[in-house]
Amino acid sequence: MKPRFDWIPLALVALVAAAALPLVASAPIWLTLTVAGLAMGMMIFMMASGLTLVFGLMDVMNFAHGVFISIGAYAATSVLIALRGAMHADSLAANLAAMAPAAAAAIAVSGILGWLFERVVIRPVYGEHLKQILVTMGGLIVFEQLIKVVWGPDMIAVPRPQALSGSFILGQAAIERYRVLAVVVGLAVFAAMWLLLNRTRLGMLIRAGVENAEMVESLGYRIRRLFVGVFVAGSCLAGLGGTMWALYQESITAQMGMQVMVVIFIVVIIGGLGSVGGCFIGALLVGLLANYTGYLAPKLALGSNILLMVLVLMWRPRGLYPVGR
Amino acid sequence: MPEPMLALSGVNTRIGQYHILQGVAFEVPRGGLTMLLGRNGAGKTTCLRTIMGLWRASAGSVRVEGRDTTRLPTPELARLGVAYVPENMGIFAGLTVRENMLLAARAGPPDEKRLEWVFGLFPALRKFWNALAGNLSGGQKQMLAVARAIIEPRRLLLVDEPTKGLAPAIVANMIEAFRELKRTDTTILVVEQNFQFATSLGDSVAVMDSGRIVHTGAMADLAADEGLQQRLLGLSLDAHQ
Ligand SMILES: Nc1ncnc2c1ncn2[C@@H]1O[C@H](COP(=O)(O)OP(=O)(O)OP(=O)(O)O)[C@@H](O)[C@H]1O
Ligand SMILES: [Mg+2]
Repeated sequence: MKPRFDWIPLALVALVAAAALPLVASAPIWLTLTVAGLAMGMMIFMMASGLTLVFGLMDVMNFAHGVFISIGAYAATSVLIALRGAMHADSLAANLAAMAPAAAAAIAVSGILGWLFERVVIRPVYGEHLKQILVTMGGLIVFEQLIKVVWGPDMIAVPRPQALSGSFILGQAAIERYRVLAVVVGLAVFAAMWLLLNRTRLGMLIRAGVENAEMVESLGYRIRRLFVGVFVAGSCLAGLGGTMWALYQESITAQMGMQVMVVIFIVVIIGGLGSVGGCFIGALLVGLLANYTGYLAPKLALGSNILLMVLVLMWRPRGLYPVGR
Repeated sequence: MPEPMLALSGVNTRIGQYHILQGVAFEVPRGGLTMLLGRNGAGKTTCLRTIMGLWRASAGSVRVEGRDTTRLPTPELARLGVAYVPENMGIFAGLTVRENMLLAARAGPPDEKRLEWVFGLFPALRKFWNALAGNLSGGQKQMLAVARAIIEPRRLLLVDEPTKGLAPAIVANMIEAFRELKRTDTTILVVEQNFQFATSLGDSVAVMDSGRIVHTGAMADLAADEGLQQRLLGLSLDAHQ
């Protein structure tokens, strides 16, 4: 019998990090890059995890997922600007007291939008892939314009948390404080999702539905309800991820959702459509690789994701963790 | 006449542009085991899927215990007590045997006695309780598929080719399990190609061909009439042995 957990993809993350060390040649720089890569990976994971479940559960390819990222980021930024004072205070508690409501606003706004979007845009095109692509692409464009109408067309600066800006020195490596927060939040989200999926009946149903929705219905469960719940939860997570990403980039634009969608699709495909664990590992790989190549060969930074995807798919054509053998 | 457990009349099912079921009509009496036979491609699987609401009948009606279920969504049918074991078994490969069974037990954690009874029918499931279902052998997967359908008492079982591709020893185990199942008050409708299964378990039989029912009657009568078998199924049931 095969073991329950396939460790190879996880080992791959360690392998990539280990392989980068001699190439980077400086341990402190390597550590800085690694933390940056992990932080980036965690944020990508938050933004991507909902998309992979939505695809797995109902076979819906939602190109408009990026909308929830940008709307979340804008909602959070509005709150952060209003609470600018607390953000500029050199006290972690004050900063967090501003960031928590901002994140809550992002989650709420993205969640409500996700709920509406599922009803109005996704529901009429269940099972029709071509229409899904057209309609969700259309949704992405429309919402990008709506953001410009509501918040204006210009780039908006995001207030940075004073106590979390700058770096601290670990050994000889400079570690940006905010990146540590991103890693902590990302790990917490992943742990919560893992517990939900593996330790609760609801999670069991979601995993079963991703594999075989028809059979879940035959057992007497309404898959549509499950799907709506997952769609909304995925939108909420995208909003949270968008908030973290906005704080990381220190600025937001209406196009930000569209821009990260490319990376998110790569991560979802690398991970195996429908696999949350695969999405997590894929995001870490993409984050690490982006930072290592950004340092070693900046010209390759963009291509590195594509190369990674090609290599992974050559090795495992259905992604790191194929769902439903 | 008592109300039949299941009654189809004039059922038409289309898949895309194909008109697969063309006026299927038959009844499954309460209790006992009814066989649904027919050549490859006759429409047996389509018929079970239509009963289960996985395909929609474009005309005709499906009744379960007198209630019109033609337009009922699949989960509602399951909640009426209809359980379905699909041809491809529908096992959740990424879940453990235990998790597969827990999901099938809608009412909550499975009753201990019932679980023991199921383990009695399929001992392999106890042995691999915490194994990933995807790692089971074909026969064990089939056992899990049937076990899932009976973990709670159901009114009607729809089973599509439960012995397909199984080794003879496992087929014998499956036949024994269905023999035991027949002692409960669940009504069973089985699609099967296996001669031994059909003749040793079937009470009544319906035969399909090209999307229609071409014969109904007692299984024993069909089993005794080689000429009829030849005509309906294209070969004598013995040839399956
Ligand atoms: N999804 C589908 N799309 C198009 N045609 C289909 C589909 N499913 C079944 N058919 C066709 O419908 C007819 C009946 O198929 P069905 O699977 O119901 O037969 P069956 O009696 O179960 O056959 P078998 O003994 O091979 O399982 C066949 O001609 C088949 O090719
Ligand atoms: Mg069939």
